[in-house]
Amino acid sequence: MNISPFFFYGFGGIAIACALLVILGKSPVSSAFSLVMVFFSFAGIYALLDAHLIAALQIFVYAGAIMVLFIFVIMLLNADVPTFDLGRTHLGIRIVAGSISLATLLIFIWAFKETPLTAPVAQFTPENIEAAGGNTQVVSELMFSEYLLPFELTSVLLLAAIIGAVAIAKRKLAAGRS
Amino acid sequence: METLDWIEVGAKAGFLVIVLLQVVPMMVWVERRGSALMQNRLGPNRCGPLGLLQSLADVVKFLWKEDPVPGHVEPFYYVLAPLVSVVPAFMTFAVIPFASSIQLGGRTVQFQVADLNVGLLYVFSIASLGVYGIIMAGWASNNKYTMLGSLRSSSQMISYELSMGLSVIGIIMTFSSVKLGDIARQQGQLITQLGPFALPEMLQIPKWGIFVQPLGFLVFLVAVFAETNRLPFDLPEGESEIVAGYHLEYGAMKFALFMMAEYLNMTTASGLLATLYFGGWQLLPGMAWILHGVQDLFGLTGVYAEWARVLFEGTSFSIKVAFFMWLFVWVRWTLPRFRYDQLMDLGWKVMLPLSLGNIFVTAILIYYGWV
Repeated sequence: MNISPFFFYGFGGIAIACALLVILGKSPVSSAFSLVMVFFSFAGIYALLDAHLIAALQIFVYAGAIMVLFIFVIMLLNADVPTFDLGRTHLGIRIVAGSISLATLLIFIWAFKETPLTAPVAQFTPENIEAAGGNTQVVSELMFSEYLLPFELTSVLLLAAIIGAVAIAKRKLAAGRS
Repeated sequence: METLDWIEVGAKAGFLVIVLLQVVPMMVWVERRGSALMQNRLGPNRCGPLGLLQSLADVVKFLWKEDPVPGHVEPFYYVLAPLVSVVPAFMTFAVIPFASSIQLGGRTVQFQVADLNVGLLYVFSIASLGVYGIIMAGWASNNKYTMLGSLRSSSQMISYELSMGLSVIGIIMTFSSVKLGDIARQQGQLITQLGPFALPEMLQIPKWGIFVQPLGFLVFLVAVFAETNRLPFDLPEGESEIVAGYHLEYGAMKFALFMMAEYLNMTTASGLLATLYFGGWQLLPGMAWILHGVQDLFGLTGVYAEWARVLFEGTSFSIKVAFFMWLFVWVRWTLPRFRYDQLMDLGWKVMLPLSLGNIFVTAILIYYGWV
């Protein structure tokens, strides 16, 4: 597999720049828009890695559905007022927080440098996947055969979450009516 | 990729973008003249023959008008929003095939910019990005009407995206592929049986999506009208309630970009409808006969006969797309606007159960081998 360095650094650079905008941006809505760009560049990198299905789902689910709801909530709550004041944080806390983040970053860099790059792919090489009918086919066949139980369990979990959300919303409605 | 591949992709993408750009002014003209026809008046008829140059005059006007940025907006996102809505509109058409393939110097050239193996999923993921342009415009304009319009639009698009996605699952199950190229190709086969009974050769019709998935087609058609914010679902723009909706604060070329996005989305939706349910580039009944006649008349052989076939396939696809574009105009000037709660009820309580039921019935039919 060879990834074009031009596109890799392009998408990676955009992802990092937008991630910085997410945490440095003043308005929550523009932070959310930057986060969409981060997801988008991730999708680009997945596509470069021949994982087209994951790339499409990344945009469809994260950028297209979840972030829209996020932005909805932010806009409806009009959350332009910061809940905490950065200017008044204690100097000690800032130093501790900064050094912890730096240490985490160093650990990550160390871990990625030390891990051997040849991850076990077994039979799932890009050529085999292409021969079996592409990403979508291979993933769906695995999902409905070998990983059927986890898949079904996840759906039950999601169903429970949906029913829970409806129940909570209805309780407030009922309380408001009485 | 080799140089030739780059040239091929570049040529196809360039061709498509140029064609799509021409479609927009043509559709604006069709919309104006079509509405005039239905309301028993003339419509624009002064610029050029039949008023055909009116759109050209409009473009010149859009380009030369003053393009102010109001003082109360977020300037960055205000300028970005029209671009965000127009770019996805162009991107979606990349996976729609507009003719089959041709052999050129040992290379098979597909008439499709990108035959991705995620096909339809790509269409839906890019289409779901279109909503950001609208949200951004509504929020950045800093005006209560634009905000209301963008909220209406995004909740409508999210609701109908579900039934749109689910209605297509039936097609994916029938043709067992998500590649639009494969789906279009398989629609050239014939339906050989009706339920458990084999059909006589006389009654065999092409296996177009509408014949195997009539309910799926209906749900998809309605969902597509809601997704493109066209009447009877144009509540985001509802003039009598919220002035003009999300593009209220925009003028000149920025406003034109929103209009372009709307018409491009219509074009893509028509392309999808034609590809999924009406055989894509498969020839219309009778066209195969004309094609053979033309090939015989001019004595076309080899690559020339192939090019004639591609031309006919492209024409067939264009006719189907044009029909659906006209349907959009037709419906817009025929039906009144829905009320917002009716719209949501239709989406969640009618379309969603229907599309789920369609998947269930399709699964049963496939299990018995009837489709």
